[in-house]
Amino acid sequence: MLLEHLHKLNAARESRCAAVTVTELDTGMSKLFLEDETMEEAVVPAVQSALRTGKSGIVEIAGRPVFINVYLPPPRIVVVGAVHISQALAGMATIAGFDLTIIDPRSAFATPERFGQTKLLAEWPEDVLKETPLDAYTALAAVTHDPKIDDFPLKAALDAGCFYVGALGSRKTHAGRVQRLAKLGLDESAISRIHAPIGLDIRASSPAEIAVAILADIIQALRTRDVTAGQRGVE
Amino acid sequence: MLGQPLYPDPLTVAEEWHAGGRGVAIATVIETWGSAPRPVGSHLVIDSDGNFHGSVSGGCVEGAVIVEAAEVIASGTARTLEFGVADETAWRVGLSCGGRIRIYVERLG
Repeated sequence: MLLEHLHKLNAARESRCAAVTVTELDTGMSKLFLEDETMEEAVVPAVQSALRTGKSGIVEIAGRPVFINVYLPPPRIVVVGAVHISQALAGMATIAGFDLTIIDPRSAFATPERFGQTKLLAEWPEDVLKETPLDAYTALAAVTHDPKIDDFPLKAALDAGCFYVGALGSRKTHAGRVQRLAKLGLDESAISRIHAPIGLDIRASSPAEIAVAILADIIQALRTRDVTAGQRGVE
Repeated sequence: MLGQPLYPDPLTVAEEWHAGGRGVAIATVIETWGSAPRPVGSHLVIDSDGNFHGSVSGGCVEGAVIVEAAEVIASGTARTLEFGVADETAWRVGLSCGGRIRIYVERLG
């Protein structure tokens, strides 16, 4: 791999931009393309397919074996609510390889004492998401129970095509949430994408157990997501 | 990047090693058959002293890849390696899981 390609690839991954390397296996010649970058026509179908499916592999282009390696942004988890569950989830998600951020405007909850090294933003989701928008490679978990805090990011997550959208709360709480989100203009099929009650049903009880259930739910959504359409945000 | 990942990413390590003046090879899983421990696209990076980071299997063939990587760093010529239990060298290096993998090893820079 050329050094300049590695620099560009690492910078792309850092800025959550998808990238693809195309290597001719017989000559060792290699090219790098970032998503939305123009490329020669011969490689377009293979590169587009790799970007869509996230699958790397060997293809034949003009009768020659070519290895396509696709680098999608690392999956990210945005947690709305700096609550007890989030403390447990932060540690587990990091071990599982996710990039996790917690947002909570209530500064009494969002304290470094409670969260250590975790990326923590004591701001309103409205403000944070303006700076760092959600995307299809992001899971959103809203766990404050407070409509003032949870509703906006839930709508934003559905609009952005987040691969997972979950909301904490009982079925009764969720019924009220469904009505509010409908008033914000979301249709039934969008609202039905919300995982609520949040987390796989493993009868989790303690905050840490609920964090396990949420993380497992997110992993299942990531590994079973429909890669054929609609996963790259609103198109 | 948000947060500090538990394990540094192999390609980031490769960039740092190269910046530090080390010869570096990048090994990549390019094809798998049957049950293979690491998916296509996985990287192992190796320096000229045999330090390595990342994985291309569950630890089954890394030793052999590191040996080949030293030659790739020295010559600059990329090569493709294949491992599997059906291989005649299976008694020496192979995948206990029964799968087969092909690995492309190239020099950085």
